[in-house]
Amino acid sequence: MAEEVKLMKGNEAIAHAAIRYGCDGYFGYPITPQSEVMETLMDEAPWETTGMVVLQAESEVAAINMVYGGAACGKAVMTSSSSPGVSLKQEGISYMAGAELPGLIVNIMRGGPGLGTIQPSQADYFQTTKGGGHGDYRLITLAPASVQEMADFVKLGFDLSFKYCNPAMILSDGIIGQMMEKVVLPDYQPRRSEEQIRKDCPWSTLGKPESRGRNVITSLELDSAEMEKNNIRFQKKYKEIEENEIRYEEINCENPEYLIVAFGSSARICQKVMEIAASEGVKVGLLRPITLWPYPYKAIHDLGVKVKGILCMELNAGQMIEDVRLAVECKVPVVHYGRLGGIVPDPSEVWEAMKAKLDIKTSHSDKTTAETGDSIDPDQLKEVISNLNKMVP
Amino acid sequence: MDIQEIIKPENLVYAKPKLLNDNPMHYCPGCSHGVVHKLAAEVIEEMGLEDKTIGVAPVGCAVFAYNYIDIDWVEAAHGRAPAVATAVKRLNPDKMVFTYQGDGDLAAIGTAETIHAANRGENIVIIFINNGIYGMTGGQMAPTTLVGMKTATCPHGRNVELNGYPLKISNLIAQLDGACYVTRQSVQNANAVKKTKKALRKAFENAMNRKGTSVVEVVSTCASGWKMTPDQANKWMEVHMFEKYPLGDLKDVTEGN
Ligand SMILES: Cc1ncc(C[n+]2csc(CCOP(=O)(O)OP(=O)(O)O)c2C)c(N)n1
Ligand code: SF4
Ligand SMILES: [Mg+2]
Repeated sequence: MAEEVKLMKGNEAIAHAAIRYGCDGYFGYPITPQSEVMETLMDEAPWETTGMVVLQAESEVAAINMVYGGAACGKAVMTSSSSPGVSLKQEGISYMAGAELPGLIVNIMRGGPGLGTIQPSQADYFQTTKGGGHGDYRLITLAPASVQEMADFVKLGFDLSFKYCNPAMILSDGIIGQMMEKVVLPDYQPRRSEEQIRKDCPWSTLGKPESRGRNVITSLELDSAEMEKNNIRFQKKYKEIEENEIRYEEINCENPEYLIVAFGSSARICQKVMEIAASEGVKVGLLRPITLWPYPYKAIHDLGVKVKGILCMELNAGQMIEDVRLAVECKVPVVHYGRLGGIVPDPSEVWEAMKAKLDIKTSHSDKTTAETGDSIDPDQLKEVISNLNKMVP
Repeated sequence: MDIQEIIKPENLVYAKPKLLNDNPMHYCPGCSHGVVHKLAAEVIEEMGLEDKTIGVAPVGCAVFAYNYIDIDWVEAAHGRAPAVATAVKRLNPDKMVFTYQGDGDLAAIGTAETIHAANRGENIVIIFINNGIYGMTGGQMAPTTLVGMKTATCPHGRNVELNGYPLKISNLIAQLDGACYVTRQSVQNANAVKKTKKALRKAFENAMNRKGTSVVEVVSTCASGWKMTPDQANKWMEVHMFEKYPLGDLKDVTEGN
């Protein structure tokens, strides 16, 4: 059968991909700019087809605790929200990490702090990759840069979270969430039966048969010696994830003079920046981290130490740049450019900033071309922003 | 009758439920938690739901309920047990799901989750241990603490101007259309224990028959937090707690009623 190409928003793609993945339950609370996830699910009514439960919770706190409860039963469950709501979920995420539960959380970031703006932002990078909730835990973080990846990362996120019994997050923003792009949705995969879950997740709390002892899902351990052992086990698991699950994309990266490191929507904008740079005779490569944790330190190091300078472009005041600097061990100048509070910069604005900050000399006579892939059409970006402007928080 | 005769199985009038294991309980002497655990274990066993029941433990003294009753358990964050139970039940509609919560857990930090789970009519049982105090953290004021009652955070007695009034949350829940059965019981003597067990049985049956949310409040003592002997605590409860929290059904819209 020929692949069916559909046109839809990133948020809608997540909803369709969840149903097709065989997701058992979605629990959410409305917040712009991600409400289309739950709206699409409610419209699709998957409880009538796959049996997936979709429930509007009374708050993000309740929603993440519903995810905790579902995950405790070995079910593939998820929630989605945007920055202020994700702040409310942090306690629950920490509990999931502490109880070693799988589950998918989607954050369609908006500008903060506080109630902030509904316009796109990447200012939750620290919250997501450096903690967020309490305790020594890590959150597997995937940063999609297209509607296709929004769909694909639902499966990837669930698969990784079940493989390692750890929560996973899709970290995106209003640009990718609201933008319409072509997407090929994954094939339908049936929901697992209770029998299958009992086999795959022997720890699940589905009722205790005579044949085993009771299963208890908890993060509590009052004996410090035992609690330390638990933590050592977690750290071992995190190390394994860091060894096996780093994902990134390199674009136009054969011997670039300069490098841009950017994730998600910023990376899409920077694809255009590379084109402009090439037209001014400068070869700029783009390294796009796909997993923000585990972070591609080595890839950035190996490429980064060979260039004259690195721009870290993010829609925040400079968060991921700390990891880029760590990666290249400050052997190369690393500068930041970003806009705050929901402003999305124009590619030419980014290029001008990059030139100024890294002291790049250009020559229009040395025009080259760049293999920059599918950048965001500026007209479409304008439309997304103007649509967001009509929405209410 | 000699002792050998007395201990013959056919002469036994009392047995420990099989589901209640031999782990030493951490509860203080005279604490109501232990009695209610036993009753829950008995009801699960009598209904033959051992392999179908999932308990959701709170944060509070009963956080370790999962150490004592041999069923599958999920330990929830403070106050979130009804949200956790909502998902467990919705994703496993044929299971028996109950929460077991203290007054701080249910009526302070978890008020929203409690009210909304009951309002949605989740087919779960909420066992609510109202001892008027935060037992686990060392006896601080609870939303249910009586006016004038002294606790670590109201050492001069609960003052209405400062702390508001004792929250009769079961009365509030009884107003919700999703709640089918709300009752207030106690376990300070054999008769009360019997009634509480009957209430629990009814609540568990309601959940299995998908009638909506059932709440069994058990007005309880916390001898340690109240700084009394277990006996004094029981007497104090009968005089003071029952006045504010009178026993009996607050709502019952289940069939045959
Ligand atoms: C988010 C959070 N806040 C506070 C606490 C501390 N804490 C633990 S138990 C408890 C109160 C328990 O009181 P109650 O629910 O009445 O249960 P009891 O111990 O009296 O049975 C508190 C405040 C916590 N564990 N988590
Ligand atoms: S502190 Fe109070 S509630 Fe906790 S075990 Fe002791 S008597 Fe029971
Ligand atoms: Mg209490």
